[in-house]
Amino acid sequence: MPEQLIFAMEVFLNGLMAGVLYALVALGFVLIYKASGIFNYAQGVMALFAALTLVGIMEGQVPFSHLINAALGTDIHHFGWHVPGFVAILLTMGVMVILAWLVQKVVFRHLVGQEPIILFMATIGLAYFLEGFGDLMWGSEIKTMNVGLPQGMNLAIDEVTYGIFGYGFFIDNLDIVATVIAALLVVALVIFAQYTKQGRAMRAVADDHQAALSVGISLNFIWVMVWSVAGFVALVAGIMWGTKSGVQFSLSLIALKALPVLMLGGFTSIPGAIVGGLIIGVGEKLFEFAIGPMVGGATENWFAYVLALIFLVFRPQGLFGEKIIERV
Amino acid sequence: MSTQESYVTDDGRTIGPTVMEMKNITLRFGGVNAITDISFDIREGEIRAIIGPNGAGKSSMLNVISGFYVPQEGEVWYKGAKRPQMKPYEVAQQGIARTFQNIALFEGMSVLDNVMTGRIRQMNAGLLSQALWKGKAQKEEVENREVVEKIIDFLEIQAIRKTPVGRLPYGLKKRVELARALAAEPSILLLDEPMAGMNVEEKEDMSRFVLDVNDEFGTTIALIEHDMGVVMDLSDRVVVMDYGKKIGDGTPDEVRNNQAVIDAYLGVAHD
Repeated sequence: MPEQLIFAMEVFLNGLMAGVLYALVALGFVLIYKASGIFNYAQGVMALFAALTLVGIMEGQVPFSHLINAALGTDIHHFGWHVPGFVAILLTMGVMVILAWLVQKVVFRHLVGQEPIILFMATIGLAYFLEGFGDLMWGSEIKTMNVGLPQGMNLAIDEVTYGIFGYGFFIDNLDIVATVIAALLVVALVIFAQYTKQGRAMRAVADDHQAALSVGISLNFIWVMVWSVAGFVALVAGIMWGTKSGVQFSLSLIALKALPVLMLGGFTSIPGAIVGGLIIGVGEKLFEFAIGPMVGGATENWFAYVLALIFLVFRPQGLFGEKIIERV
Repeated sequence: MSTQESYVTDDGRTIGPTVMEMKNITLRFGGVNAITDISFDIREGEIRAIIGPNGAGKSSMLNVISGFYVPQEGEVWYKGAKRPQMKPYEVAQQGIARTFQNIALFEGMSVLDNVMTGRIRQMNAGLLSQALWKGKAQKEEVENREVVEKIIDFLEIQAIRKTPVGRLPYGLKKRVELARALAAEPSILLLDEPMAGMNVEEKEDMSRFVLDVNDEFGTTIALIEHDMGVVMDLSDRVVVMDYGKKIGDGTPDEVRNNQAVIDAYLGVAHD
């Protein structure tokens, strides 16, 4: 087998793994958009905030320590204990649920029935608030996250591929874990949306508020629930990205990469978010591999957006989005 | 109330005691009185119609009953107790189901799913058992499906069970909405102009369904309707509204011979 093709295969696999992470962020967008028609610009920041909170709790960091120290003249930064990863994840989930409740109570309850653009603006505000709040609460230095996920090259794959091609593929264990978790998450979400009472209620609310009220569904409850689920997805994405490249504020920028993913997959489709993420991940890695050297590299920065642009021209509803039907 | 004893109608249905009573309801939008000091009652098992010319406040009245509007004055009594101020979804959970004049269905969901949402009140299994399709959840889902299938059968919409509602013609949508409301097994079923915009045949079908529902399940029905002929045929008692005020209340025959009602419908010479 030609060497180039073997390299391309490795790049392809790595692209799939990267795509899974994009898909995880996109999934959070889709959930909220489906249930409330809100395009949540803050989804990326929610992932950052979740990651910050998780690390903060694990390390026993004192929240708002800068603020407390400045106000009281003390010098405390750590409680001096370490919380095991599993417990910290549960606590962080609690924080995300409280956040969901607050977001609904303070912001979106007052904006029911407003234009989508106004709701979108509110989420931009939310994004900046949350970024600043996270900074204030946990500090802005880059932190490493270690919740016990395996990392480093997968030796088995290396050996097997070496046996077949005479060249060992480098696949990160973390990427494999991320893929498995993402797959489980998608299956769980689809089961939730299609087969449970709450999922049916969520789809009902997404479709028609008045009708949902008339069958006894509380809109507020459903919205808090959806934001909580989106918070959970953000937490998973935050853990994956944080473990991979450290918990830093540029994490919130991955939200921007989720945009082309959504344009490909469609804003309302859970499977679409996954497929879109994979296409973008594989596409940008292969493009960089094949075309990158000819144009001086760094194509990964713009490839996804150009692909999204092409999609917008030819299939604006995305691959899996609801068909746009216009009746005259 | 004066007439609390149950009685049997000419066609053999039993009309029970009062299940809902509106006491001196006044509803204002800014300075405009949509409803002024209206009282009436709904008795168990009866078909109660609210009629009146356009803008009489009929739909507002229905919205007060179902909790979508909160009246400035007056009390709503339900099953012998004064009802505190409630959100629409809480009213629905108490067993008051409704349909809308302009149809409010979940357009993207199938007919079956739409009707199943009507059963939300009857589903209590935990999230985990639902997701795993085990124990209580499985039993519940099977039971609820049975009820829903029966209603779908009853309203003759089996053929479109899996069709997304958005694709259905108007008349069928009205029927699906009725099915969803029925699925809740409501104590009171509120129908806001169930025959509006229908042709004669569809109207006859819908009238038959309303009568059958009342007859078969003993459901108490309060409905708003424009078509006088339909109302007089269907209902046991009629409330007549005009300009937000009650101008008549009684059996179809009584109402038909009421001078104020005749004036409201036919107009009266002012000299």
